[in-house]
Amino acid sequence: MALESRVPENAAMEAYRTAARQLLEYVDAGDAEGAQSVIDDLTHLRETELFRELGTLTRDLHEAIKAFHYDERLADITESEIPDARERLNYVITMTEQAAHRTLTVIEESTPLVQWVADEGARLAEQWRAFRRRELEVEQFRELCRELDEFLEHVQENGQRVTSQLNEALMAQDYQDLTGQIIRRVIALVEEVEGNLVQLVRISGQRMVDDPQRDERRQAQADARMQQGEGPAVPGSGQEGVVSGQDEVDDLLSSLGF
Amino acid sequence: MAADKNMKILVVDDFSTMRRIIKNLLRELGYNNTVEADDGNTALPVLQKGGIDFLITDWNMPGMTGLELLKRVRADANLKDMPVLMVTAEAKREQIMEAAQAGVNGYVVKPFTAATLREKIDKIFERVNAGGGG
Repeated sequence: MALESRVPENAAMEAYRTAARQLLEYVDAGDAEGAQSVIDDLTHLRETELFRELGTLTRDLHEAIKAFHYDERLADITESEIPDARERLNYVITMTEQAAHRTLTVIEESTPLVQWVADEGARLAEQWRAFRRRELEVEQFRELCRELDEFLEHVQENGQRVTSQLNEALMAQDYQDLTGQIIRRVIALVEEVEGNLVQLVRISGQRMVDDPQRDERRQAQADARMQQGEGPAVPGSGQEGVVSGQDEVDDLLSSLGF
Repeated sequence: MAADKNMKILVVDDFSTMRRIIKNLLRELGYNNTVEADDGNTALPVLQKGGIDFLITDWNMPGMTGLELLKRVRADANLKDMPVLMVTAEAKREQIMEAAQAGVNGYVVKPFTAATLREKIDKIFERVNAGGGG
């Protein structure tokens, strides 16, 4: 019987054996009716096996179709959404870069204005103290008055310019909101990809075999990443062997004789 | 003895904003003579041309990394004594030890402050002037 080899259950085999013995007995005894009923039983038994096989096949087909569906979604993600996400993230880099440059420009333009007020203020204060000590000639005092006039004018002007620069720095911070929204969308996409991949791994799970070289390969990849540089450590990502700040770097280096 | 304020400093970082921040901090510390490069590949020819007194480099850059640049500098007969300060976000103990082995003179992790940068630069030149090197 073709099905025989596919019936691993002892119970089923036992049922066949019992039925066969009974059939032989009925045939030997010339009981046609009894023999017929045993054959009916056997047919029923065989049908049960067929249904079980069919059930397995149906389940496999269902999983395959589901996998195909995931494949399709993954293909979609690969073709359009990942490049789109890449563009979005590049835009985030551009925006943060622009904001940083805008702020740096503000600082570079404001610093000399403030510095001038501080330096000139110190110089005139010294002159003013000399006047209070009655050390200035009339001509020197006139010169000081002229300089003070000019200074006060410049203080107002520089103050206004620095205020408007600070406003510019304030406006440059709007990147946080905009990039935050873009990054959130990319996170949603990453989550979807993750979910799909987990499904794929689950479906094809039984086909995966233990790879003895996997650990070695992972180590090699980690080493290569370390050489290339991994970028900033992200708080809470549980990276091992990461220093917590400059103090730890200094301690480590001094322990190495630096 | 403090460092010479007129020394020429090469700042290597792939992000222009970080180069600008470092240049501004250096200016605040009195060092006005700076040049820039965006990775090891563009930095090396600048160094080989001569005239650079001090190298400040990031680690993680496309093209040639800062670690590779440091190794190239140490392997070059004309550049091997160049003081090198690494300013990087790489914060693994393994990496810091690797940089130390490759001959870095100082290591600053990002984010950093102007005070840290000044302290490390001063320390490097104290040693250089004392003839101790790295």
